[in-house]
Amino acid sequence: MDFTLSSEQQQIKESVDRFVADAYGFDARMALSKSADGFSRDHWSTFAELGWLGIALPEDRGGFGGTPVETMIVMEAFGKALVLEPFVPTVVLGGTALAYGGTNAAHGDRLNAMIAGDVLLALAYAEGNSRYDPSIVGTTAKPDGSGWIVDGTKRAVAYGAAADTYVVSVRTGGGEHDEDGITLVLIDRDAPGVSRVDYRTVDGQRASDVTFSGVRIGADAVLGEPGKGLGLLEYVLDSGVAALCAEAVGNMSVMQKTTVDYIKAREQFGVPIGSFQVLQHRAVDMLIEVELSRSMLYYGTVAIDPNGDAKERMRAISGTKAQIGRSGRVVGESAIQLHGGIGMSEEYMIGHYFKRMSMLGLALGDTDFHLRRFIAAGNKSGGEGSGIGSAGKQLAGVN
Amino acid sequence: MDLSFSPEDLRFREEIRAFVAAELPPAIKHKMQAGIELERDDYVAWQKILSARGWLAPNWPVEYGGTDWTIVQKHIFDEELAVGFAPRSLPFGVSMVAPVIINFGSEEQKQRYLPRILSSEDWWCQGYSEPGSGSDLASLSTRAERDGDSYVINGAKTWITLAQYANMIFVLARTDPTAKKQKGISFILVDMTTPGVTVRPIETIDGGHEINEVIFENVRVPLENLVGTEGGGWTYAKFLLEHERNGTAGVAGSFQMLDRLKEIASEQRYNGSTLMQSGDFAKRIAEVEVRLTALSFTQMRALAAESATKSPGLESSYIKITGTEIQQAITELMMEAGGYESFDDRSRNALLYFNFRKTSIYAGSNEIQRNILAKRMLGL
Repeated sequence: MDFTLSSEQQQIKESVDRFVADAYGFDARMALSKSADGFSRDHWSTFAELGWLGIALPEDRGGFGGTPVETMIVMEAFGKALVLEPFVPTVVLGGTALAYGGTNAAHGDRLNAMIAGDVLLALAYAEGNSRYDPSIVGTTAKPDGSGWIVDGTKRAVAYGAAADTYVVSVRTGGGEHDEDGITLVLIDRDAPGVSRVDYRTVDGQRASDVTFSGVRIGADAVLGEPGKGLGLLEYVLDSGVAALCAEAVGNMSVMQKTTVDYIKAREQFGVPIGSFQVLQHRAVDMLIEVELSRSMLYYGTVAIDPNGDAKERMRAISGTKAQIGRSGRVVGESAIQLHGGIGMSEEYMIGHYFKRMSMLGLALGDTDFHLRRFIAAGNKSGGEGSGIGSAGKQLAGVN
Repeated sequence: MDLSFSPEDLRFREEIRAFVAAELPPAIKHKMQAGIELERDDYVAWQKILSARGWLAPNWPVEYGGTDWTIVQKHIFDEELAVGFAPRSLPFGVSMVAPVIINFGSEEQKQRYLPRILSSEDWWCQGYSEPGSGSDLASLSTRAERDGDSYVINGAKTWITLAQYANMIFVLARTDPTAKKQKGISFILVDMTTPGVTVRPIETIDGGHEINEVIFENVRVPLENLVGTEGGGWTYAKFLLEHERNGTAGVAGSFQMLDRLKEIASEQRYNGSTLMQSGDFAKRIAEVEVRLTALSFTQMRALAAESATKSPGLESSYIKITGTEIQQAITELMMEAGGYESFDDRSRNALLYFNFRKTSIYAGSNEIQRNILAKRMLGL
C-alpha cells in the first residue's frame, strides 16, 4: 500500500505545475477561451515537446510507457488551472482507442502523429437517444464492398471542430440496444458526408454535434474487431472518466483553498466572516469532500489496467465518478455561496471553476448513471472476461 | 502508487481470517450477526481468546504484550475481525487507558494495570463527561481533594459505556479549583469497589442499557493512583481522545452492516419482486457504499501518513465525522428497508438506527470535530 509518487512521476508533476504557473494565469485563460480555436496550438506543441501526449500510452505503440497515474498527475494540474487544450479527447480517449484498438500500420501512424502533436482526435459516442450509455448506438454502418457506409448523428463531441479524426461508435449488427454489433471506426473530420454544428460550452470549451450522411469508410477504418467494439469503448471511456476525475480533484482543491482564503480576508460586522461557525463548518465539509474525492481518484485510477478484470474496473471507476460528481456539487455550490455576490461575477475566477466542475459532473456519465453502473458491475459476477474484451486481444505486434 | 496489499499482508490476512473462523465461539458470532447485545461474559470470553494468542492489544509496544505489526497489518486485523463477526475489542482498557499509562504512567502503574487488562481481570470505563460538561469538557466540576495519602473524590460522571460491567474507572477530576479551566485537571485511576462509588443505569432510546451515570461521594483513592503529574490531566485526556477518534470511524463494521442491509433489502418482498431489485433503493445503498469506499481509502491514506510521521494527524477528525455519518446513513436505510417489520420491538432494524444516533455525539461531537478542523487545519 503506497500512495506516493515515484521520482519520475514527481518530476512530471513539477513540470506540469511549472507550465500552468507560467502559461495559465486566469486572464490568459479567459483570452484563450475566447480565441478562434478556444485553445492554444502553441501550448499543444509544448505538450508534444515535453512528451505529455504519449505519456501513459504503451511503449510498443509508440508511447512512453507510463501508467494512468501519469495521466492523473497531468490532469490534476490542468484541473487546477482550467486548462482548455483537448488533452482528454485527443490523448486519453482517442489515443487509448488507437493504442488498444489499432489493427494496421495506418492506425499506428495516426497514433504516432497524435503523440507528435500533429493530429487531434475526438471520441464521438453519445447520441440523442443514448444519454451516457455507450451500448445504445443508433448510428449505422452498412456493408459497402469491403468497407462501410455510416449514417447517424453524434452529440457533444468535445472539440469536434479542432479534431482531425473522430473515433466513432457505429452499429454494424444487432438492434439499437444490443451489446453485440458495436464497432469503433475512424472517420476524418473532412471526409465527404461529415457535417457539424459547432458551439461553445458553458464552461468555456468547445463541442460539436457531428452528422454522418452516407460517409464511406474502408475496412481498414475499423478499430478492434467488427461488432465487438463495446469492450474497447468501455475501456476507453473509463480511461477518460479517470482523467476527468483527476481534473475534477484539481479543480475542487482550488475552489476549496480559494474559499478558505476568501473567508479569512472578507470582513463583515467588523470581523473576518471565517470567524463565523456556520461558515467554518461549511468550509470543513468542502475539505472533507475534496479528501474523499482524492481517495476515490487514486482507487479509480489504479483500476485502469488493460489486463485487469473489466467488472472490477467498471465498479471502481463508476464509484469514483459518482463520488466525485456528488462531492464536486457540494464543493462548487459551497464555494459560490461562501463567496457571496462576488461568486456570481463573471470577472472573478471562482465561478469559472464552478462551471467547469459542474460540467465535469455530467461529462462521460453523471452520478446517477454511474451509480447504476456501479450496481450493475457489482451484480454481474465474472462477466465477459478480463481486460478490455475481445477487441483488445488482437493488438499484440500491431503498430 | 500501489493500492494493493503485499504478499506478506495477504498471508497475514489469511492467518487472521483462519484464526477468527476457528476460534470465535458460534454463540457470540450468532449474536453479532443478529445484532443482539453482548453480555459481559461474551466480551470476556473473546478477549481471553485474543489474549491467549497475544492479539488483544496489537497497538501496545511488544514489551508490554503488544505486537510489532505494521499499521497496515493492524488495519487488516480490525477488518478481518469485523468481517468474521467477531466483537470489537472494548477500547476502554486496551485502547484508552493503556496508552495513557504506557506514555505517562509510573512503572508501578504499568506493572500493575497492563497485565490485568490483558487477562481481563480489570474492566475499565471512562469517566470524562459530566451532567454539566459535555462538549465543553474542560468545564468539569468533579473534585479530587488531597487528604493525607488520599484523594477524596466528589462529583458525577455520565454517559459511561458499560460501567455496569467495569471494576475500574479513569476519572478526570479537578485537583486545583483555583487554576484556570484546563490547568487544574488531573487523571486518576479509581477502583469502583471503593465505598462511595454508585453506578446508575441510563436507558437509551433504543431500549438498551449501554450507558450509565457514576456518582462519587467522598471516594478515597490512594495518591499513587494519579497518572503523571497533578494538573497534567488535560494533556493526557486530549492524547486519549485522539486515539479514541481513530477507532470511531468503524469502517470495517460499516461494510459488515452494509451486507446486512443488502440482506434485509433482498428479503423484503414487494409486488412480486424485492426491495433490492428496486432501482431506487439499490441506488441509495450504492451511494452509501461508494462513500464508504472513499472513506476506507481515506483512512488508508491517513494510516500511510501516520506510518511516515509516527503520530495520528487531524485526519482522524474528518474520518470520525464521515465514518459516523455513514454508520447513521446505513442504519437509517436498515430501518427503512425493514418496512413494517421495523415496527416490531424484537426487530433490530429500527433499534440500531436509534442506537447509532450516539455516534455523531460521542468522542467529541461532529460539530466539535468541525470546530477543531476549522481552527487547526483551515486556520479559521
